[in-house]
Amino acid sequence: MSQISVEVDGVTYSDMVEPRTLLVQYLRENLGKVGTVIGCDTSNCGSCTVLLDGRSVKSCSVLAVQADGHKVTTIEGLATDGQLHPVQKAFHNQHALQCGFCTPGMIMATCGLLGENPSPTEEEVREGLEGNLCRCTGYQNIVKAVLEAAPEVAQMSAGESPVEPATQPAGQRAHTTTGEAAAASVGGAS
Amino acid sequence: MTAVEDRPGDVIQDSPSGGAAGRELGRARRRKEDGRLITGRTKWTDNIVLPGMLHLAMVRSPYAHARITSIDTSAAQGAPNVVAVLTGRDLDDEQGGLPNAWPVTPDQKAPRHPALAVDEVTFAGEAVAVVAARTAAAARDAAELVDVEYEELPVVLDLEEAVTDGAPLAHPSLGTNVSAHWVFDSAEAGTGDDVEQAIARAREDGIVIERRFRQQRLIPAFMEPRSTVVDPTGEQLTMWSATQIPHILRVMLAMVTGIPESKIRVIAPDVGGGFGGKLQVTPEEVTTLLVARRLRKPCKLTETRTESMMVAHHGRDQVQRLTLAATKDGRVTGLKVDLLADMGAYLGLVTSGVPILGAFMFNAIYKFPAYRFECTNVFTNKAWTDAYRGAGRPEATFAIERMMDELAAELGEDPLAVRERNWIRHEEFPFTTVAGLEYDSGNYEAATSRAVELFDYEGLRREQAERRERHDPVQLGIGVSTFTEMCGLAPSRVLGSLSYGAGGWEAASIRMLPTGKVEVVTGSSAHGQGHETAWSQIVAERLGVPFEDVEVLHGDTQVAHKGMDTYGSRSLAVGGIAVVQAADKVVEKARTVAAHLLEADPADIEFTDGRLSVAGTDKGMTLQEIALAVFAAHNMPDGVEPSIDADAVYDPDNFSFPHGTHLCATEVDTETGAVRIRRYVCVDDVGEVVNPLIVEGQVHGGLAQGIAQALYEEAIHDDQGTLTTATFVDYLLPSAVDLPHFVTDRTTTPSSTNPLGVKGVGEAGTIASTPAVVNAVLDAVRHLGVEDIQMPMTPQRVWRAIQEAVPVAQEESR
Repeated sequence: MSQISVEVDGVTYSDMVEPRTLLVQYLRENLGKVGTVIGCDTSNCGSCTVLLDGRSVKSCSVLAVQADGHKVTTIEGLATDGQLHPVQKAFHNQHALQCGFCTPGMIMATCGLLGENPSPTEEEVREGLEGNLCRCTGYQNIVKAVLEAAPEVAQMSAGESPVEPATQPAGQRAHTTTGEAAAASVGGAS
Repeated sequence: MTAVEDRPGDVIQDSPSGGAAGRELGRARRRKEDGRLITGRTKWTDNIVLPGMLHLAMVRSPYAHARITSIDTSAAQGAPNVVAVLTGRDLDDEQGGLPNAWPVTPDQKAPRHPALAVDEVTFAGEAVAVVAARTAAAARDAAELVDVEYEELPVVLDLEEAVTDGAPLAHPSLGTNVSAHWVFDSAEAGTGDDVEQAIARAREDGIVIERRFRQQRLIPAFMEPRSTVVDPTGEQLTMWSATQIPHILRVMLAMVTGIPESKIRVIAPDVGGGFGGKLQVTPEEVTTLLVARRLRKPCKLTETRTESMMVAHHGRDQVQRLTLAATKDGRVTGLKVDLLADMGAYLGLVTSGVPILGAFMFNAIYKFPAYRFECTNVFTNKAWTDAYRGAGRPEATFAIERMMDELAAELGEDPLAVRERNWIRHEEFPFTTVAGLEYDSGNYEAATSRAVELFDYEGLRREQAERRERHDPVQLGIGVSTFTEMCGLAPSRVLGSLSYGAGGWEAASIRMLPTGKVEVVTGSSAHGQGHETAWSQIVAERLGVPFEDVEVLHGDTQVAHKGMDTYGSRSLAVGGIAVVQAADKVVEKARTVAAHLLEADPADIEFTDGRLSVAGTDKGMTLQEIALAVFAAHNMPDGVEPSIDADAVYDPDNFSFPHGTHLCATEVDTETGAVRIRRYVCVDDVGEVVNPLIVEGQVHGGLAQGIAQALYEEAIHDDQGTLTTATFVDYLLPSAVDLPHFVTDRTTTPSSTNPLGVKGVGEAGTIASTPAVVNAVLDAVRHLGVEDIQMPMTPQRVWRAIQEAVPVAQEESR
């Protein structure tokens, strides 16, 4: 077992893990961060995408021990202060999801993509999301959502990193609550 | 008509007429269910953790056909944190057989289908034992330690070989590989003429086209791997499962295990896609239940992606032989269809009925007079097939739309013109087809002319001619698919006449809560379709209550006690109508109460925009006020129960028949065989629309899957029966770069068979798009002498077809 210390969605966790534990397993099984999901065993589907120090990674391709000392942002930490992230808003507005299983990974991959290329073309969006599979949407509305979100994300980035919540000690920041409030703000929106 | 070419960045605007009560239908509401899905608060089955829960892992056969000679579980039993290892033999007294609900003929042959194999395995991946351990990792580690000895048996994998004399038998005990033989003949059924006569006449003085098409095997590949949790510790046994069919599953579990149905609760929480692939009663579900019951502990079994690809049922897989007869001027006079359909190793829930659904669709939108359909259902040593988006209808549509293009090529005419000559004209509806169905409505002319306009058909034809003229290495092809389908499964009596084991009704309940909120309970079981939003719109419109005040409950047999679930594009056209009927009953019950409270005659009570008022006066009450008054029940009319809640069960009179015209332009690089979709336009007619955003999304996703069949996907087995495409590395699910931007539009010809005028949309895109793409590729290279290319049309297959055809083309040019 190895000792690791990882900051996930603004909260620092210290745990003993088996060296073979994947980051996605650590998130789901140790931390209960089940918003991040597993869709394949070969790193093809991208459903488990999270941000590691602000860059998108497939958390099935990272060992938990490799995340030691780093910052992880999952779909659950993206909304802040009850406000949806622009990418989340755009996915909702453009009907960019149906069953929603790929959505956490797709949204996090979008954050990574827009971090590297703040104003992508349609072609660049399609290429940038090539590593994330969706079986429901045919991607068209996902592409539209990414293009819709880009300007607002760029504006946020002008301030500071849009995808890394401020570091706070465990217990002081209740992301679950803010996330739920953000989710509730969608219910009934039109 | 709605949005035309919605380029990226456009947003479908909420309907300007939206807002007021009574204006919900047709409105592009953003979905209620998105909130949890975009914030990572979704309830997937695999998220469930219960006190003391054990994790299961299956031990699976590496052989496609073998006798199990011994199983040594001792090493696995002794592994850390392992609680139990159970084999098929250990569970055999309890496991019964998995159900086939569709015996298509009285003499259909079906092997017993144990959840865990006992003596023999008949496809690679079949489960032979299960490990229960305290962690998922421990269970998987221990599964590797189970030592199974097999004696290999001959395998039969090829569909055509399977029906030859002396072929190995998938199930030697059955004595044959043929499960059933099913025939429809229009002369025998009295719905048309004799097809052999039509063909004989055409051979003499007309056109006869004979083709063999291969419908490759596909994998539904929903994104959420299947997962099941069973908690046996309560008064009722509770199963959570990633399923499309919680209600059917509950009935079947009771029948398979003998547990009283009233002691079983099934919950389908959020389910990550299905596409027919989760329309099943699975060995994994039954095994989890049996192990949990035996160990008296909650148990969870979540499959890996590779397991999902190997053993979750596959789709399609047919050999289609068609003979089309036509007059010299291109009027179709008859069609004969001879199918071999691969069942795989077992008959799943509706395996045997899938090709039969296609029987009614080969005649499609055309009105030829003679038709015969014959299907032989065949066993092979592969995973069993069953419903996959469209189920029988994409196969049929592909075949007829390919044949219509072949007829056009033979005539040297435009494929649209040939279709128009043969299709049912809009003024001819309702129309009884040669297959015996009554199409209630349709307007193929309107959809086609709109599609042609959006596509710039003439412009692309000109470009095609220019490229041919200058021998451009990149050739352009245009593919046409004018489809219809039967969906909204289905009138119960029709299902009964086809020997299906259940009905096709759907149930709904509406509960008027005292605080004015409304609960809608539906027997439909959404797994991405957006029922929570669409049903809210229907109820808001019908009851005049705010959209936000409606809560839709589904997918739990204890909440929605009655239902037939979601498949076959049936939710809106059947389940949605049940919701309408329940809402109308609420209004009628409220009318009685309102009349009493307002001291008026019930006949004088008018209901508009959520308010019941006395005609010609300003006296009235809102539905919510009546709900509160009924809750208190202080002043009810004599003999009237204090409730305005209502239940409804709707059984449709007919299927719904959406249709549309899909046009695809492909660029084919004749030097590399690479295919690029240049333009894709589809104009679908799905009748009235509750939510255009959801409809468009269904079309997009359907197109993606149909295009994937044409160009990318195929389940491939090696000669030992091992699936070699068992990961997303090998099975090419298209990504965003593999698909084009779609141009979609709609025409609206309301269905006349239901009060909303709606038709199904879930499968339309998948059914229509495959032949559009294949026809387009062939149209690009037909002048080179290429007549057919098997799906998926990979660059290698396209390139080879062109290479092999070159001598023919040179021959012709001399």
